[in-house]
Amino acid sequence: MTDTPLRADLAILEQWVKPNSQVLDLGCGEGLLLQHLQRHKNVRGYGLEIHPDKITRCIANGINVIEQDLDKGLSNFADNSIDTVIMAQALQAVERPDLLLDEMLRIGDEAIVTFPNFGYWRTRFYLMFKGRMPMSETLPYNWYDTPNIHMCTFRDFEVLCREKGIRILNKTVFDGQHQEHWTIRLWPAMLGEIAVYHITRKHK
Amino acid sequence: MADVFPADSVGLVTPQTQHFSEPLVLRSGRVLPSYDLVYETYGTLNAERSNAILICHALSGDHHAAGYHHADDKKPGWWDSCIGPGKPIDTRHFFVVALNNLGGCAGSTGPTSINPETGEVYGPDFPILAVRDWVNSQARLADVLGIQQWAAVVGGSLGGMQVLRWSIQFPERVRHAVVIASAPKLSAQNIAFNEVARQAIAKDPDFHDGHYQKFGTIPKAGLMQARMLGHLTYLSDDAMRQKFGRELREGKLNYSFAPEFEVESYLHYQGEKFSTRFDANTYMLMTKALDYFDPAADFNNDLVACLSQAQCRFLVVSFTTDWRFAPQRSEEIVNALMHADKDVSYACIESENGHDAFLLPIPRYLDVFNAYMQRVRNDIAPAEAV
Repeated sequence: MTDTPLRADLAILEQWVKPNSQVLDLGCGEGLLLQHLQRHKNVRGYGLEIHPDKITRCIANGINVIEQDLDKGLSNFADNSIDTVIMAQALQAVERPDLLLDEMLRIGDEAIVTFPNFGYWRTRFYLMFKGRMPMSETLPYNWYDTPNIHMCTFRDFEVLCREKGIRILNKTVFDGQHQEHWTIRLWPAMLGEIAVYHITRKHK
Repeated sequence: MADVFPADSVGLVTPQTQHFSEPLVLRSGRVLPSYDLVYETYGTLNAERSNAILICHALSGDHHAAGYHHADDKKPGWWDSCIGPGKPIDTRHFFVVALNNLGGCAGSTGPTSINPETGEVYGPDFPILAVRDWVNSQARLADVLGIQQWAAVVGGSLGGMQVLRWSIQFPERVRHAVVIASAPKLSAQNIAFNEVARQAIAKDPDFHDGHYQKFGTIPKAGLMQARMLGHLTYLSDDAMRQKFGRELREGKLNYSFAPEFEVESYLHYQGEKFSTRFDANTYMLMTKALDYFDPAADFNNDLVACLSQAQCRFLVVSFTTDWRFAPQRSEEIVNALMHADKDVSYACIESENGHDAFLLPIPRYLDVFNAYMQRVRNDIAPAEAV
């Protein structure tokens, strides 16, 4: 069996998943994260996905995959039934990211979310100088066909968390090459292109 | 000889009959003193006996799931789209067992068989069976074949119900369960359709309360009506519109009550074909087994507690336009399995073919099925790894 290295945001969030825990991966793609977590952390869990080809890949990869549309809610999962609910690079593509965050923390004790930063300096400059909706390797779509319908900045996300009483346990920020560099830590809201947030509703 | 058949066919197959002389106690409390099961096998059982797949048939199915009985057969077995070399249930790797269930009319003991206690045909006196009775009889067949644990038990519709029952009745004897276009129990609407079908048969004057064999008649009109109703519930509105629209057989209205629309003559054809091959008492009995199926009833109607008994992994598949066994019904199974912390994958296949879709070679369906059966292969003992 091949064991390809994980994308950097996934490698980071892996540290925050407890061994032998129960995981739900929203928008699990081909199931590579869950496969990795099963092998290395002995987690049990399910991935939710909507794209037919990715679902088939998950099944081939030995992942428990459930065909389910995140925009139709997660009411089939009970309160506090999962240790960690993960959503990598999908928050900006759902209809109501705020409601989905509520659902994630209703089902899970903790959640881990990764998303691209619309406040990244290149994005800001693109809009400022070109006067057009920013496109990049991280955001490769046109404004009219993008699945990313709810872009936000790191600050937007943190404000939303504050308003909802969501506690941020950990946070890591990368550039587009998924490199974590000391300069990014100086001014993450401007220099970070992708963030990984580890959140909970529980208080110490 | 075999080269007259398609390369991905199992080719010529011959049914076998197994006699069981040990009485079978049924859910109803009645006892079948002895019985026969007719079955077919495809592929080769490996030395470890770990590559066996059981196929459970639906309402009108039988043991002839794949291949041909004669070189000049027009049609192969009922699930030939999924069983054969290179198909999801790949006979180059699996040993496949398909049987005709008890109460059937294709060779296994059923209403048309002779009751050894009276020397006459059972007719309507054949005991009403439950899905668990079928599973018990299938387990005895597995014993005879030397199969302690199935690599997978697979079925669609009523066949899917048998798969669910296997998973909780003999948890240690099933490694994988594939439940297609099925439900944890029938809805009131579904039971109602079955009752209309049964009434159509029962009210046919040729039915004679089920004793038609004694009278030398067949309740043909009743069976036709039952099948026509059943058949149209297996299709979707879209599929019927595309297949028939409002096409007229003769291109014009004849102002008569004879079949004029293509859809009418299609239903007549289906009903006619069915009424000459299927036994009315078997139809009554099979629909009753469908109605009675409700495994959660033994667990205070808690499906999660019920499915917690299972030890196998599950694949559940549904089809978008199937309204007889709608995706929501499959999702009830999936949700219960997730709550019970069982391994399960679920795909809802886009299709316009209604309930019938589970028998058709729909590309995405075959992809999902293939991918899962590959996993089943991976779990087979090391001998397969060669």
